[in-house]
Amino acid sequence: MKKQSRSFRNVSENPCNMCMPLGGIIAFKGIQGSMTLLHGSQGCATYMRRTISEHYSEPIDVASSSLNEKGTVFGGEANLKKGLENVCLLYQPRIIGVLTTCLAETIGEDIQRITADYKLEKQRPELPIINVPTPGYGGSHSEGYWHTVKKITAGLAKETPKHSKLNLIIPHISAADIRELKRLLRLMTIEFTLLPDYSDTLDAPYAETYQKIPSGGTSIEDIATMPGAPATIELGITVEEGVSPGKYLENEFGVPLYRLPLPVGIENTNLFFHTLKEITGKEIPEEIQRERGRLLDGMFDSHKHNFQGKAVIFGEPEQVFSATKLCLENGVTPKIMATGSRTRKIDQLLAEELKKFEHVDQETVILSDTDFSIIMEKCRQMGVNLAIGHSEGKILTEREGISLVRYGFPVHDRVGGQRLLSVGYQGTLIFLDRITNTLLENKYKNYRARMFEKYYPLPSPAECELKAR
Amino acid sequence: MDISSDAMDGIERLATDGRKGLLGLCAAESGYTLRRPLLSSFETAPIAVNCEVKKMHENIRPIPAIEERKDSIQTKGRTRQELKCDTDSVAGCVSQRACVYCGARVVLNPITDAIHLVHGPIGCASYTWDIRGSLTSGADLFRFSFSTDLEELDVIFGGEKKLARAIDDLTAKYHPKLIFVYSTCIVGVIGDDLEAVCRAAAEKHGIQVIPVQSSGFAGNKSAGYRAACDALLNLIKPEDNQQIEKDKTINYLGDFNLAGELWIIRNYLKRIGIELNVAFTGDSSYETLKTATKASFNIVQCAGSMIYLANKMKELYNIPYLNVSFLGLEDTSESLRRIAKTFNDLEIMRRTEELIKMETVSIIGEIQYYRQRLQGKKAAVYVGGGYKAISLIKQFRELGIEVVMIGTQTGSKEEYATINNLVNDGTVIMDDTNPSELERFILEKEADLLVGGVKERPLAYKMGIAFIDHNHDRRHPLSGYAGAVNFAREVYSTVCSPVWKYRKRGDKNEKAEQKFPQCERKSL
Ligand code: SF4
Ligand code: SF4
Repeated sequence: MKKQSRSFRNVSENPCNMCMPLGGIIAFKGIQGSMTLLHGSQGCATYMRRTISEHYSEPIDVASSSLNEKGTVFGGEANLKKGLENVCLLYQPRIIGVLTTCLAETIGEDIQRITADYKLEKQRPELPIINVPTPGYGGSHSEGYWHTVKKITAGLAKETPKHSKLNLIIPHISAADIRELKRLLRLMTIEFTLLPDYSDTLDAPYAETYQKIPSGGTSIEDIATMPGAPATIELGITVEEGVSPGKYLENEFGVPLYRLPLPVGIENTNLFFHTLKEITGKEIPEEIQRERGRLLDGMFDSHKHNFQGKAVIFGEPEQVFSATKLCLENGVTPKIMATGSRTRKIDQLLAEELKKFEHVDQETVILSDTDFSIIMEKCRQMGVNLAIGHSEGKILTEREGISLVRYGFPVHDRVGGQRLLSVGYQGTLIFLDRITNTLLENKYKNYRARMFEKYYPLPSPAECELKAR
Repeated sequence: MDISSDAMDGIERLATDGRKGLLGLCAAESGYTLRRPLLSSFETAPIAVNCEVKKMHENIRPIPAIEERKDSIQTKGRTRQELKCDTDSVAGCVSQRACVYCGARVVLNPITDAIHLVHGPIGCASYTWDIRGSLTSGADLFRFSFSTDLEELDVIFGGEKKLARAIDDLTAKYHPKLIFVYSTCIVGVIGDDLEAVCRAAAEKHGIQVIPVQSSGFAGNKSAGYRAACDALLNLIKPEDNQQIEKDKTINYLGDFNLAGELWIIRNYLKRIGIELNVAFTGDSSYETLKTATKASFNIVQCAGSMIYLANKMKELYNIPYLNVSFLGLEDTSESLRRIAKTFNDLEIMRRTEELIKMETVSIIGEIQYYRQRLQGKKAAVYVGGGYKAISLIKQFRELGIEVVMIGTQTGSKEEYATINNLVNDGTVIMDDTNPSELERFILEKEADLLVGGVKERPLAYKMGIAFIDHNHDRRHPLSGYAGAVNFAREVYSTVCSPVWKYRKRGDKNEKAEQKFPQCERKSL
């Protein structure tokens, strides 16, 4: 197994990741009554809104302080304050998230001070404003996401008497996945605070009257009481400790932390339920047991097809890890595991997993901080026949003929990215079916023609001789 | 020619219903007799609307919540002063606009064999990777995303060296003849000398490396158009002031070959005997753009992005230009006629009439079919440029639809004046709007559909109204006669979709509910 990172390169060709503030916007979307303002120039906000809109098919209102030349030279304080005021007028948010962009960071804006000033000047002491420095050059969107969730937690959590609501902190997963996690916890009759919950705000049901800030999201009050929880489960084993919200709650308030992988794949899902059982002492209900049985049944049914799969898996680290596990358990060989993020943790975690499975005796490679020009090159070398990841992987289909199973963010060339279900036993099986069916489709597409070409003609004497040798 | 009676019926109806446009002319000139005389001006003829359902909200005077936005919104017939436009976006107002870089990228991106290298942090490049529907008949290097991916250290110590190395690497790998280097916001701030790096690289590799001054904060999208035009001027400049010999070809400015639109128009021109030299910038390449100065004149479609270039080419290379638009039946025919006329060649004019007749007849039946079902609907429009907005008003008219709200991201004063002339009293006109205003006027004006881009689409659907994609991401052509049918079909498919029947019943929506099942043929 080889590891490789791009850092030595001078140019990124066809990126595998986006920039920090985008992750921050997603995180704030999961907070009830929130609005986000990007401090920087107008373009960044518009591009990110567009990208998120395409995936979620939801209006994504993100304000910008629209820094112009003057603001850039003399400081953007006035712009930021005006931006905040206009956001208050237009949206009446309960909470505002202020994220920075490269520009604001480069000119050295002190958003903490400016927003504090603003609250004083406009006499809005009770309005929570969470400031998160997220320079685009500081990391990928998944780093921006975790960084923001941590800042939100740190900004709102308060010393609270002990209670029984469990904290569940999630990575950037689909809205359907969030709803599934909530369903499973309810089945186990566990009370919980899920952070950040954008399952309604980014996948809102049609309603007769349009709401500028869609209802739903984790409430400020619930976040405030997270320190009183019996434990935190953080679905983020690839997350660096410095940006882990669960770690923060553990360090500051002594809330026991369980860091788990996303419950995708049988092992990860088992682990998830066992941990819940361990924390709460509650039994895993019959209904969930049956879902597990059904997953096993499905895995057995499809195993031979899956064994044909040689996969490239790419995207955000948490997704890459869980999808790799799913592949391993089902006999699909993960050939290339790639992420545009700079996290180092994933390399080691993946390496350990790969060792556990015997069928992975062939060469595999782990790429971090990578891009699609490298991924494509590797695919060509390593005989990959299946891609698992977000829509940017369409380039692999277009240029290399490798079918793509869409998973993660963004999904912009198909509908329903927000409804892709992949967690829990049930979600895992649906995800696995997507993989198996893609392999089957490829197999049957030209199976007759291929077999005819291969076996119908009489082999030439030369070919026979070759075989004999 | 064999014309089905249905189609003929259509020609007559369109010709006589008060918005004569070109169809009328076409029918008249092609010798078909009409039962009623043509009206000569569409401005004066009000659109027939089923008034019982759709009373205009005469008493609502739009008062934007934000004081600063007030002068950028007006209602035709009620506001006298000029609309404020071409300004910076107001902070916190959730403008739908992108940045200078976006404007520059839109214009230059379709150049097929160029390397488009974004000098900046990764995001700016990520969000613009292969998001547009421009097609190519040759190289497809333009669909790749290249970025210097500046990181924290580069921001502190400057990115010039990295940029130079990036150009070295790319030249070694792809052997391009042309590289555009786009500056982004932070490059403008950290003060990298783009010009110098590009000049040095060009010399080193013997290729053209053109800096595009597109730092996002230095103005709005229009500034990006200008930066792109400057880059293009740089590119087409003949070497050593060598005299270029003119021929009879024409250039086409402001078509980006979305879904093959350029090819459609190029073939029309060919059929009437006019050779297209090169388009700016759809399906163009280094070599073809280099020949730009030999053309005898320019036609300009997307004026917002290209008028600056057109003026410069006139000034520097003595190439006159003509504004055209190939959106909609009326504009397409009208534009073809005007182009033909400049050649002052009877044969070309004859062929033009022949083509107009043939193409119109071939689609009029279908358009008529849609028109019967769409008559009386109301449209809200929010698009990037002014020319698109203007054409859309006419195109909707061809379908019996009235535009009740219209705005652009980058329209000019002149364009807004034209818009003001074209629309009916009561229509809301706005510049650089935002979701709150869109929502408000869609409701107030009871629009049945919204025209916009990716960001506006979910808003329309969340509000339960129809939507038309009119942006650079689309994958179907809207130009020419083929495009006119596509447009009509798209409007029909969204406005008359059965899905709207299932919008929940409530006080407000009840009226709207009843309206939708009526997308049936109406007698005109
Ligand atoms: S940084 Fe500047 S150039 Fe890049 S997207 Fe943002 S506004 Fe545009
Ligand atoms: S990388 Fe920086 S400048 Fe570019 S879009 Fe992201 S935040 Fe904006």
